[in-house]
Amino acid sequence: MTSAPSADPVRPAAFPLVLGLDTFGDVTHDADDRPVSHARTIRDIVEQGVLAEQVGVDFFGIGEHHTDDFPLSAADVVLGAIAARTRRIRLGSAVTVLSSDDPVRVFQRYSTLDAVSGGRAEVILGRGSSVDSFPLFGYDLADYEQLFEEKAQLFAELRKGGPVTWKGTMRAPLHEQDVVPHTESGPFPAWIGVGGNPQSVIRAARYDYALMLAIIGGSPARFAPFSRLFHQARTQLGRDPLPIGVHSPGHVAATDEQAREEFFPRYQEVIRRVARTRGFAVPTRESFLREVGPHGALYVGSPETVARKIAANLPLLGANRFEMKYGMGGLSHGALMSAIELYGTRVIPRVRELLS
Amino acid sequence: MAGMGDDDRGAGAAGPAATTILSSRPRTAVLGAGHTGPVLARVALAAGYPVSIAASGDPAKIALITDVLAPGAQARWAADAVADAGIVVLAIPLHRFPDLDPALLAGKLVVDTMNYWPPVDGVQAMFDDPAYGSSEIVQRRLARSTVVKTLNHIGYHELEDDRRPAGAPDRRALGVAGDDPAAVRAVADLIDRVGYDAVRLDSLRAGRLLQPGSPVFGVPLGRTEFTRALARTHHTDRGSS
Ligand SMILES: NC(=O)c1ccc[n+]([C@@H]2O[C@H](COP(=O)([O-])OP(=O)(O)OC[C@H]3O[C@@H](n4cnc5c(N)ncnc54)[C@H](OP(=O)(O)O)[C@@H]3O)[C@@H](O)[C@H]2O)c1
Repeated sequence: MTSAPSADPVRPAAFPLVLGLDTFGDVTHDADDRPVSHARTIRDIVEQGVLAEQVGVDFFGIGEHHTDDFPLSAADVVLGAIAARTRRIRLGSAVTVLSSDDPVRVFQRYSTLDAVSGGRAEVILGRGSSVDSFPLFGYDLADYEQLFEEKAQLFAELRKGGPVTWKGTMRAPLHEQDVVPHTESGPFPAWIGVGGNPQSVIRAARYDYALMLAIIGGSPARFAPFSRLFHQARTQLGRDPLPIGVHSPGHVAATDEQAREEFFPRYQEVIRRVARTRGFAVPTRESFLREVGPHGALYVGSPETVARKIAANLPLLGANRFEMKYGMGGLSHGALMSAIELYGTRVIPRVRELLS
Repeated sequence: MAGMGDDDRGAGAAGPAATTILSSRPRTAVLGAGHTGPVLARVALAAGYPVSIAASGDPAKIALITDVLAPGAQARWAADAVADAGIVVLAIPLHRFPDLDPALLAGKLVVDTMNYWPPVDGVQAMFDDPAYGSSEIVQRRLARSTVVKTLNHIGYHELEDDRRPAGAPDRRALGVAGDDPAAVRAVADLIDRVGYDAVRLDSLRAGRLLQPGSPVFGVPLGRTEFTRALARTHHTDRGSS
């Protein structure tokens, strides 16, 4: 039984097609399959971002994490380094864990990135599904919902520019506060990443955030009702439509088989580690192949396979943007560079062709 | 048990055909309209149950969510949703449970889908007692309700796609644990009609076998494998105590 409601078409995308890459900064392994240092991982990510621009990728995003396997805790600094070596590619967080950060500081960091990059900054805000940042910064998980609600509201005010007056319970109030640097050409794009909570969809609609669907397991079609919910909420509020994006994990290699063989053992190992702390099941080859297939969430395969899957899912979800989260702990920097190159030179043009 | 409505059929009174009559499907109130609540509402509706859904506040806030994600369900205030329900499903985060007023649920059959897993959700004083399962602690607090544990060990994103008709070779099993046999039966019926084989466990204490870290947690297993995995865990448990 597949879900009936998710099969309906969603309103067609009226926004330009954007095809990007995201990384969580998974630590790569060297030729002897040993993890490289955090510093090396970060320098490699700068190279990956620069390559992404060279091969025609539209957006490069870095997800905030705070663990030994994902040492990318200060994404904006890395994005600044990439900005200095690129001219066109848009740069952003994917995601910023807003709940455990200060919205004023996030605004300052990304409006600074916007200045450094000549107006190429974006922010994707999330509640954080891995919650390592809560104890680190002294936040209480019991305040999880309240923290995000208040901070998303404050950040929406800050984004508009101009003096901000705000009062809440999770942060000191602001009165007619000018927050700098001012952006050059209006608010930079801001998104809310949603992993399956419809209340977050409504929140995004209410505070004028674009919607980023984080689809990391199971059938992408099951998110179609979320796109409808977003459009209907915007309509009900009497506001203009906003873009919808999709973020999903993937890996591209010359052939389907090569992509799977490179990706699967690493994926299984990474999930095995996460599963231990989260108490859930480790993927089997069978469940992996389901995720790689047309009804799963992973974009692993040859350029043609990955392009077809993207081109099939975007219209189904009413989305105009796709961000492939590349990399998986233990893959080599070389394999990632090759995946980026194939994504830019082969996948992107093919998706554009299929959707034109 | 009070408040079970018209679902209180005698054991063995109905064959599979008779279970399709609507009157045997008590109104189900889903508390929670986050990740899990609307999916639960949708599958219960599809199984023929009338459904109310409530979050912690004004139903107007979840009206659109209900229309789009669970059409046919009624968005209501939690107290109203519970008042005329035969089954109340708790799909709220465990850390919000201490704020839930037990009087609201007095006399009701309550399905507990919640989990306590400190590595992800942090330590919670009320639940931090390894001698008891989380549903036993829920039952202790909801002293005037009848608690049944199920649906905690399947991902909300699988709940819809993994449904299968009775008898399908790849039908997945879910455990249903509780101290009250009639309540367990009513919930097992719901699970079966939604599209899963219900494996009954005769106490909330045994429901500990369904908690995070168990070999059945988040794993798609058929009835035979499910029962076998439970039996294995049970023995290991005994052996180590
Ligand atoms: N995620 C899964 O795959 C899965 C599977 C099985 C079971 N579960 C369990 O389901 C539960 C909910 O998880 P979730 O991820 O769906 O949470 P969630 O997305 O955070 O949503 C929680 C919902 O609970 C509502 N709520 C909180 N307190 C309430 C109250 N006193 N009365 C009525 N509604 C209340 C919230 O409404 P407001 O916003 O109005 O406060 C919100 O709609 C958890 O205990 C989890 O263990 C999860």
